[in-house]
Amino acid sequence: MENLEQLVQDGLAAVDKADSLQALDHIRVEYLGKKGVITQQAKTLGKLSAEERPAAGQKINEAKGQVEQAINARRTELERAAIEAKLASESIDVTLPGRGQDLGGLHPVTRTLQRIEQFFSRAGYTVEQGPEIEDDYHNFEALNIPGHHPARAMHDTFYFNPGTLLRTHTSPVQIRTMEAGKPPFRMICPGRVYRCDSDMTHTPMFHQVEGLLVEKDVSFADLKSTVEEFLRVFFERDLEVRFRPSYFPFTEPSAEVDIEWGREADGSIKWLEVMGCGMVHPKVFEHCGIDAEEYRGFAFGLGVERLAMLRYGVNDLRMFFENDLRFLRQFR
Amino acid sequence: MKFSEQWLREWVNPAIGTQELMDQITMAGLEVDGFEPVAGQFSGVVVGEVQSVTPHPDADKLRVCQVSDGTQTVQVVCGAPNVRDGLKVPFAVVGAVLPGDFKIKKAKLRGQPSEGMLCSESELGLSESHDGLMELPADAPVGQYVADYLNLNDVTIDVDLTPNRSDCLSIKGIAREVGVLNSLVVEGPEIHPVEAVHSEVPDIRIEATAGCPRYLGRILRNVNLRSQSPLWMQEKLRRSGIRSIDAAVDVTNYVMLELGQPMHAFDRTEIQGGIVVRMAKAGEKLVLLDGQEVELTEQTLIIADHEKPVAIAGVMGGEHSGVSAQTGDLILESAYFDPITLAGKARGYGLHTDASHRFERGVDYKLAREAMERATQLLLEIVGGEPGEIIEVISKDDLPKDRSVDLRATRLYDVLGLDIDRTTVEEILTRLGLHIDKLLKDGWRVSVPSFRPDISIEEDLIEEVGRIFGYNNLPVTEPTGSLGLRQEDEATRPISAIQSFFVDNGYQEAITYSFVDPKVQQLIDPEREGIALANPISSDLSVMRTSLWSGLLKTAAYNQNRQQARIRLFETGLRFEQVGERIDQQQMLAGVVVGSQYPENWANGRRTADFFDVKGDLESLFRLLGIEIQFVGSQHPALHPGQTAELLRDGEHVGWLGTLHPQVQKNLELNGTILVFELFLDSIVTGYVPNFKEISKFPEVRRDLAMIVGSDIAFADVERVAKKHAGEQLTALRAFDVYEGENLGEGNRSLALSLFWQHPERTLNEDEVHSLFNGVIDALKEELGATLRS
Repeated sequence: MENLEQLVQDGLAAVDKADSLQALDHIRVEYLGKKGVITQQAKTLGKLSAEERPAAGQKINEAKGQVEQAINARRTELERAAIEAKLASESIDVTLPGRGQDLGGLHPVTRTLQRIEQFFSRAGYTVEQGPEIEDDYHNFEALNIPGHHPARAMHDTFYFNPGTLLRTHTSPVQIRTMEAGKPPFRMICPGRVYRCDSDMTHTPMFHQVEGLLVEKDVSFADLKSTVEEFLRVFFERDLEVRFRPSYFPFTEPSAEVDIEWGREADGSIKWLEVMGCGMVHPKVFEHCGIDAEEYRGFAFGLGVERLAMLRYGVNDLRMFFENDLRFLRQFR
Repeated sequence: MKFSEQWLREWVNPAIGTQELMDQITMAGLEVDGFEPVAGQFSGVVVGEVQSVTPHPDADKLRVCQVSDGTQTVQVVCGAPNVRDGLKVPFAVVGAVLPGDFKIKKAKLRGQPSEGMLCSESELGLSESHDGLMELPADAPVGQYVADYLNLNDVTIDVDLTPNRSDCLSIKGIAREVGVLNSLVVEGPEIHPVEAVHSEVPDIRIEATAGCPRYLGRILRNVNLRSQSPLWMQEKLRRSGIRSIDAAVDVTNYVMLELGQPMHAFDRTEIQGGIVVRMAKAGEKLVLLDGQEVELTEQTLIIADHEKPVAIAGVMGGEHSGVSAQTGDLILESAYFDPITLAGKARGYGLHTDASHRFERGVDYKLAREAMERATQLLLEIVGGEPGEIIEVISKDDLPKDRSVDLRATRLYDVLGLDIDRTTVEEILTRLGLHIDKLLKDGWRVSVPSFRPDISIEEDLIEEVGRIFGYNNLPVTEPTGSLGLRQEDEATRPISAIQSFFVDNGYQEAITYSFVDPKVQQLIDPEREGIALANPISSDLSVMRTSLWSGLLKTAAYNQNRQQARIRLFETGLRFEQVGERIDQQQMLAGVVVGSQYPENWANGRRTADFFDVKGDLESLFRLLGIEIQFVGSQHPALHPGQTAELLRDGEHVGWLGTLHPQVQKNLELNGTILVFELFLDSIVTGYVPNFKEISKFPEVRRDLAMIVGSDIAFADVERVAKKHAGEQLTALRAFDVYEGENLGEGNRSLALSLFWQHPERTLNEDEVHSLFNGVIDALKEELGATLRS
């Protein structure tokens, strides 16, 4: 039985030295397998008396248990080490940039248009579209701008022939929508418009949003709140807004809208013109077959590039249509 | 309209400062564009008198003058050609400071001492004129400060008037507004009829009565046009942006500024027979006052004598019949010309004059006589002469009718949203010069004065009341009105969803001009002709685009020239096509891709984007939209003949995808492989509303096969044949490998397919699948000549 003690000591030492799961398995077979040296000790039991056998058997079992426990402990240890080694070998530089497609971006005009459309959609306005090559009637006549009207000089119009032109504003969409439907109306008409003018502060194409609300009971006071709220929502500021009498052939009364944009040297408000608006002119209703005694309406219009310039601090209008990627990427 | 503040204050003088005055009229709708002091900043400049002039001993161009400043006489060296004995001039004495902080000190000029400086208008910041010294009138008090003498504590105010407010194109009109705003009485100069001293009248005949319903003429004999107009008049004109010409022209301009009536003076001796107001005859010519000769059109209203045209009515007079220093007898014209007849006429001749500006917008149709009297009165004071009777020719039927307009108090309240008390309304209307004829049960009957051609309906009056009351004093209320829910078509995606898709897939949105260079368009779309603008801004923006590629490819080139190698752009917008009589305006979606497929970095590599990258993007888009699109090999003049797909939906053309033709690419000076696509938006935005199908509980079976087919057989053909024979339970078919190699033989390629079957209600048995699979193989062999690859 001294031999058994020795075998256990040898086994434990071997387990301790085992440096791989494979080596450990060898040791398990060598000591505890069917032909393992400790297992073989059971054969010696036959030589013992019946009284000695149980004690000797128990010793052998204890010896097996001791070695097995050591093997299991060592296995756990080796497995953990293997995982650690594997993890260590798998470590990466997490600061390297990721793989795959870059993100693109919306044009700042579209970005601005989408914001405006969102504000008005939530207030129940529909978004209407129309042709950009327009006829004289819808662009001018129906909007109370007859052929001889001096206001035509305010619109530097691109013509194809005397009756066909590029729309100078999105108001014709309002006419077309009113012609096709029945009041009440709440709509905005965003889109490209064209004026024959090109310099530092004018591009021959730009974008407008015009809005129209036609109801039985609507007043200039309602127009004021709509415009003021819009400007405050757009700029996310509680800015001062003022309404200045002006003239558009298709609205009356008409106003230009100024917002507070900084201060003068003397501390007074610096005003900046941003929109035009007014109550729909009865002539316009008449052209669309709407009874101006029954319905009233207000309309407003704004230049999208101008608002985008103010909102994002762009200082040159022409950049919007150069489409320089270094410019466009700033708005994604 | 530019005017002098002082001049306005002669008419109406509210107790407010310049800034407040400008704010006030701006907020009444007469927008002040800017203002400018009428002179530069200077001090120490007095009225000086030149007492003697002697040549400078050492300089040909300089003179040595003795100049009195009122208390003493000093020596001044002067180089101006118009310096002479007895001349009164602005004299900057030693210690004076001229505009630009220019200090006057004692000096020596070529050895001669000089104490002070004689000044020109430009040196005092009065004008740009450099023609020698400013000459002051002989009665200017020597020694008085020039700033006081000329009342230079004044500003020129520039008002940007809207086209409806022709009534404010005069001091009188602006004064009327200021009077209303400050509740002040407005007082102008007294104008009386001038008594005639002879009975000669011009012969006047109006043939075009619609264009000229009223024409007044008067002869002024024996005037002396050698005398200049007085300084006060010259100064008022200058401060209103009008240069002094001669006394007759100055007076007509003055009356125009003061009252708003443009006038004209003819040299009587140049008018043959009499004055005829008529339409021009084709081919008639006239040399205008500005020296240009114009050929008149038949639509032009002219003033003629019995032989020839002498003026374009309401626009500009002729050179020949104009007044000069030698003119002895004048014919003065004061007329009302119809705005519609004159509209656009000046512009047609490349002209825009103070007169045409006013007549086109509408002059007071009752003003002509008053203006004639005022001009006569001023001329008599300045150039003397003998006035005759006024002759007035009128076509009553053609004159604007006097109007009265009803204003309902309820309507006023409804439109403005405010109940303004009746007395306030009445006061506003009255001060504006509108006369309340009658009180109505619900408002007023108002007669409109002749100087307000813009007022003809109730809304015009409502605007006037609102404007004077102040828009910012009106209340602010929320629109009420019902807010019903709106129908939205679920199967149709908004454009914003498509835009987001491209943004998420690495595309940058561009917005390019709708008009393009015809040369570029010809390269891209040679079969269609773009609709040409009659008045393009430049030749490279002169035709409407038939494809969005023109703008996008130019944008790509622009960015390549700025070291941007990786470009992924998309745009949505209209394209334009003439189809017979009709103009087709279609919403397009287009894109261009060039450069590496992914942003270049350690992980992405540098693979250049190719056809299938962009096709993959479009396929994802179509899945998003819920639509089925077929890509069919095809030809397009701008695209690579072997890399072009026409896109079809249910057999209908919806767009193109392809690689730009290398020749087109070269002509557009683009680098790299350029991929482009363009789709008709309206054809692709509507997909379907999802409809649930039961998920099968039974296993899916997969079978793979590899076959060799001719290179001319498209994958789509293989797919079509396979699907036809694969039975109803086929759930998917995928190509998992495509291979071309010498070992397959010339003109062949290998396609490897996976087929998937699944039955909704049971497990498919081996025999069924086997037979379907073999059926597919046999069909491919038979119909497409495929052979199984071993």
